[in-house]
Amino acid sequence: MRYVIIGAGVAGFAAVESIRSVDKTGEIIMVSDDPHGFYSRPGLAYYLTGEIDDKALYSRTKDDYKELNFSFLKERITRIVPEQHKLEIEGKPAIVYDKLLIAVGARAIPLNVPGAKLEGVFKLDHLTDANNILKWAKRGRTAVVVGGGITALELTEALLAHGMNVHYLLRGDRYWSSVLDKRESLVVEGHLQEEGVTLHHHSDLAEIVGKSGRVAGIRTADGHTIKCDMVAYAVGIVPRLDLVQGIGLNVERGILADEHLQTNDPDIFAAGDVAQVYDPLTGHSVLDSLWNPAREQGHVAGLNMAGRKSTYLKSAPFNVTRLAGLTTTIIGAVGRGRDEDVVGIARGDSETWRELPEAIVAQSGLDVNHIRLLIGDKHLIGAVLMGDQKLSFPLQKMIANSADISPIRDSLMQPDAPIADLIADFWMGWRKNIAV
Amino acid sequence: MSFLNIFKSDSTRRTVLSEGHVVPEPSRCVQCGICSYNCPIGIDVRAYVWRNEAVKHSECLTCGECVARCPRGVLRFAQTDLFERRDS
Ligand SMILES: Cc1cc2nc3c(=O)[nH]c(=O)nc-3n(C[C@H](O)[C@H](O)[C@H](O)COP(=O)(O)OP(=O)(O)OC[C@H]3O[C@@H](n4cnc5c(N)ncnc54)[C@H](O)[C@@H]3O)c2cc1C
Repeated sequence: MRYVIIGAGVAGFAAVESIRSVDKTGEIIMVSDDPHGFYSRPGLAYYLTGEIDDKALYSRTKDDYKELNFSFLKERITRIVPEQHKLEIEGKPAIVYDKLLIAVGARAIPLNVPGAKLEGVFKLDHLTDANNILKWAKRGRTAVVVGGGITALELTEALLAHGMNVHYLLRGDRYWSSVLDKRESLVVEGHLQEEGVTLHHHSDLAEIVGKSGRVAGIRTADGHTIKCDMVAYAVGIVPRLDLVQGIGLNVERGILADEHLQTNDPDIFAAGDVAQVYDPLTGHSVLDSLWNPAREQGHVAGLNMAGRKSTYLKSAPFNVTRLAGLTTTIIGAVGRGRDEDVVGIARGDSETWRELPEAIVAQSGLDVNHIRLLIGDKHLIGAVLMGDQKLSFPLQKMIANSADISPIRDSLMQPDAPIADLIADFWMGWRKNIAV
Repeated sequence: MSFLNIFKSDSTRRTVLSEGHVVPEPSRCVQCGICSYNCPIGIDVRAYVWRNEAVKHSECLTCGECVARCPRGVLRFAQTDLFERRDS
């Protein structure tokens, strides 16, 4: 049996581990066009700020790889030929597979303005991008950041850490409006301003102005100009679908996969950022751009490829991140609508966060210790915690396990309810129901 | 009971911290490596998190550096026998 995995991200790597846990002798080949192999993509944010060095991004040692006994090819697959079970590589012999996993991830949507190709314009997809940013930031003084979601903030903080003056352009009136509420956006913006970032609301980038092929400044749609040596953007990501166009796989926004991560071709599986995965609980197929769902999907795909039937059950999507210095956890469905700064989905985002059923909002807390709950008929549907994270684990479990909160629902909805105390007390009694 | 005291009455905290281990909550982890990078004796904390295991390394000082540095609240101290019985 020969298993081939396209992609050396967390989905691909988790699949290697799970295939090997079932099939001790089958041949496993991983192919990736990222010369750096498997490393922590979210860790790039901390590499950029200087909190870790590049070596720290690699979580696996040579011995780990040896133990898993798989081969790694640094190549780009250019075509998949499902009828022949064949993968083409330019200038090299094709690779034949018995079972294939497509785990090619997502990539940044390019900026669509004049000047976007000038030297000094950066995105953040992988380690090569991060190294390019660091090289340029050493020479530069002023940067403009455009876009939204977590990556735009990570870029902002990276550039601040390297002593640059940072201007952050926002199209609308606040940061990450599709997921955060107004108060949460203001907390983040307040922190950015304290750190010295100049925010420009209602500012639509119209053009990047160049000089001798390099960034010299930007112009907004309303004619405002800013001189700068660098533009960094994060306007959303798209699954890398080029390989699967016209080969008979069902594709919508991502490659459609069932709850076993299998596509409509029984020998081809898809997992991670590229996959749009069926959720038997809601009947919807959704995209996530999150590390842990990618890992879990890769794991389940690998088991199924090796013949051990298993099902991926999506848990309430959940992300912990640092927004302008504040640890923030986003659980379940918390927002609605679109974010003007992002096209489609942002990194570290889940479509589920915007699938908000009927829900009522309860809020409490000061600026830096903030809890927002989305309350359904009997259950919590979502939560945002900023600052203090003590209740993050309880809330995550209560949402994932659909805890029946009827006993405290009315109290939670009182104006100025002591939400944290109510949840903490409820949790103490309820947690006996689950293994934690 | 007040919010700030919630974990003081937690049965997993009855023993003093130094008797405990560092335990992970893997679903919060993105393997960024800040924990391993900052461990003063070079324990690969992140590898334990990936496997969802307590950091039961004979040389672990339980100094708390990894717990404090993790930007995502993955790590905490707990008395691991209770943790392993999963009855807390
Ligand atoms: C800067 C940044 C910050 C992030 N922050 C967070 C966060 O805070 N929390 C969170 O949960 N998630 C975060 N994410 C998202 C998370 O990293 C992804 O969800 C996860 O990495 C997806 O894994 P994957 O295996 O699906 O794809 P990827 O990690 O993107 O890997 C795809 C692989 O496929 C390879 N490939 C693609 N096409 C080909 C081809 N034709 N031939 C050969 N190889 C190919 C690539 O080289 C790569 O190795 C962040 C991502 C980035 C970039």
